[in-house]
Amino acid sequence: MPPGGGGPMKDCEYSQISTHSSSPMESPHKKKKIAARRKWEVFPGRNKFFCNGRIMMARQTGVFYLTLVLILVTSGLFFAFDCPYLAVKITPAIPVVGGILFFFVMGTLLRTSFSDPGVLPRATPDEAADLERQIDIANGTSSGGYRPPPRTKEVIINGQTVKLKYCFTCKIFRPPRASHCSLCDNCVERFDHHCPWVGNCVGKRNYRFFYMFILSLSFLTVFIFAFVITHVILRSQQAGFLNALKDSPASVLEAVVCFFSVWSIVGLSGFHTYLISSNQTTNEDIKGSWSNKRGKENYNPYSYGNIFTNCCVALCGPISPSLIDRRGYIQPDTPQPAAPSNGMATYGATQSQSDMCDQDQCIQSTKFVLQAAATPLLQSEPSLTSDELHLPGKPGLGTPCASLTLGPPTPPSSMPNLAAEAALTDILPLKDEHVGHQFLTPDEAPSPPTMLAGSPLAHSRTMHVLGLASQDSLHEDSVRGLVKLSSV
Amino acid sequence: SIPKVHNLQELRRSASLATKVFIQRDYSDGTICQFQTKFPPELDSRIERQLFEETVKTLNSFYAEAEKIGGSSYLEGCLACATAYFIFLCMETHYEKVLKKISRYIQEQNEKVFAPRGLLLTDPVERGMRVVSFLAVSFEGTQLQPAEAPGRLPGSWTTLGDSAQGFLGVPHIPDH
Repeated sequence: MPPGGGGPMKDCEYSQISTHSSSPMESPHKKKKIAARRKWEVFPGRNKFFCNGRIMMARQTGVFYLTLVLILVTSGLFFAFDCPYLAVKITPAIPVVGGILFFFVMGTLLRTSFSDPGVLPRATPDEAADLERQIDIANGTSSGGYRPPPRTKEVIINGQTVKLKYCFTCKIFRPPRASHCSLCDNCVERFDHHCPWVGNCVGKRNYRFFYMFILSLSFLTVFIFAFVITHVILRSQQAGFLNALKDSPASVLEAVVCFFSVWSIVGLSGFHTYLISSNQTTNEDIKGSWSNKRGKENYNPYSYGNIFTNCCVALCGPISPSLIDRRGYIQPDTPQPAAPSNGMATYGATQSQSDMCDQDQCIQSTKFVLQAAATPLLQSEPSLTSDELHLPGKPGLGTPCASLTLGPPTPPSSMPNLAAEAALTDILPLKDEHVGHQFLTPDEAPSPPTMLAGSPLAHSRTMHVLGLASQDSLHEDSVRGLVKLSSV
Repeated sequence: SIPKVHNLQELRRSASLATKVFIQRDYSDGTICQFQTKFPPELDSRIERQLFEETVKTLNSFYAEAEKIGGSSYLEGCLACATAYFIFLCMETHYEKVLKKISRYIQEQNEKVFAPRGLLLTDPVERGMRVVSFLAVSFEGTQLQPAEAPGRLPGSWTTLGDSAQGFLGVPHIPDH
């Protein structure tokens, strides 16, 4: 422990800022205000969650209920009206097989609809800042436009050049075959398509469920259709066609539903069988990414070469677990730059950040870039008085402000090339007018309140946060305003 | 006098002042999970190149094992299919088992190798498998001294810092 004599121990201060995890071992009195929240409650995508995060669906689920109703009603009618006759007349195996098929269809449908399709979690602010920095360095000086040109990375997979695109919403470079679903507002791995009938995206994790669903549904539809027809025929042999229809009106309804469904569902199954055997996604097929028409040298780098292997991998390969951990608890985090007005870091942070719109996300990440650029890294160690710490905006410190996207964003050369953890102070000086293009050299700038030995600084960072926090919301707004202005 | 790091709890606290180094995914072999073994210059002063490469290569081999397509994965897949995937309600998949192995490995490495060098490795699964991130912790602006009693390191610790940002970029409360 640091031999910091007079100051209160860091323990107390840090528990105020709640950097510890929200485990029951921690002092519960701070946590009573916020029940520990699960991650699904603050999920940034447009998804709906049920059963405390166990079930995950898209926002629009109307069509899914229609699918459910159609399947349940048709199957129900079949078992209720046609099966008794058929079981007696032909064989009781018919309802048994029908039952198995129905069970399979429902199981796979629910699995497809309720599971995570392979959503990629959005980048943490540090990662986003790090990436931004790398992109800017790679691009050289920025073009000065409001929005830099779309960012892509090229990678060679199996001899084919594949372009990885940068997702502005999720702030990541999408892995190959991933795509951003605009309906769910998520990047999904191996994105196939968004299916309204199942009320979810179809991606890496639930593609096999989806395929088994449409395959088994094709069999079920054909099965029901065939036996309904058989039923009607058998009856009409006895009593005439019209009487047969009168005796079992349900059969008419079933026949109609099945007739119209068969074409689309069987067609879809066939299409997806083709996709699986060539290891393509619907997305790739529609765009013609690997088609020969693009060029003689164009081929699918993901295919294993033969149909059998492709099928086995798609249907029987390993399933990766969900990356979004929707039922996990939110860990209280290290303080964010937009410090909340109360001392409680995580919840406050999410609250204040929850008001931000998409542009603010952009600004937020720009802020991080700022800090990365502006913060003299933690290796430097001036000893500041607590006054300076509390009021970093004092004119005596100059107006440290790294340039925003407009100017050259490269950090001062004396800084090691690291993504700095968010330090609070550097944004706040922006509230002093100059949103200029002054670079921050390590000499001028206040160092972020490192944990220096010495009494006033023993609770340096935390007190800093808390002290600032009280003036904070107003400052934050003005800062945000300035940042917005300057970035437009 | 120079502070000593007694346990990882302290590292966790001081991690808010840490700098982070991210190792990105390596997609040159397709979509399988692999991380770049290129040595980042920021870690030059902290850790030996060989040690770093060995760690990343071991992680890559774990992930390759998790995603391996072969007899046992086919068996698991077919069995699951035969039960209309209801078996997943009670059984843990092979992938999940390997991920647990990986967490244990990372924790072990952190205790033995990285914490004494003032570094902490975060499990990629908490970053959506996008990055392996190293946290380089500065305590009072100086290099960390090796832990005096490594045996006192708590066993339950695995991650730190912004570990549970989870999928945060800017979270918003969804309206139900």
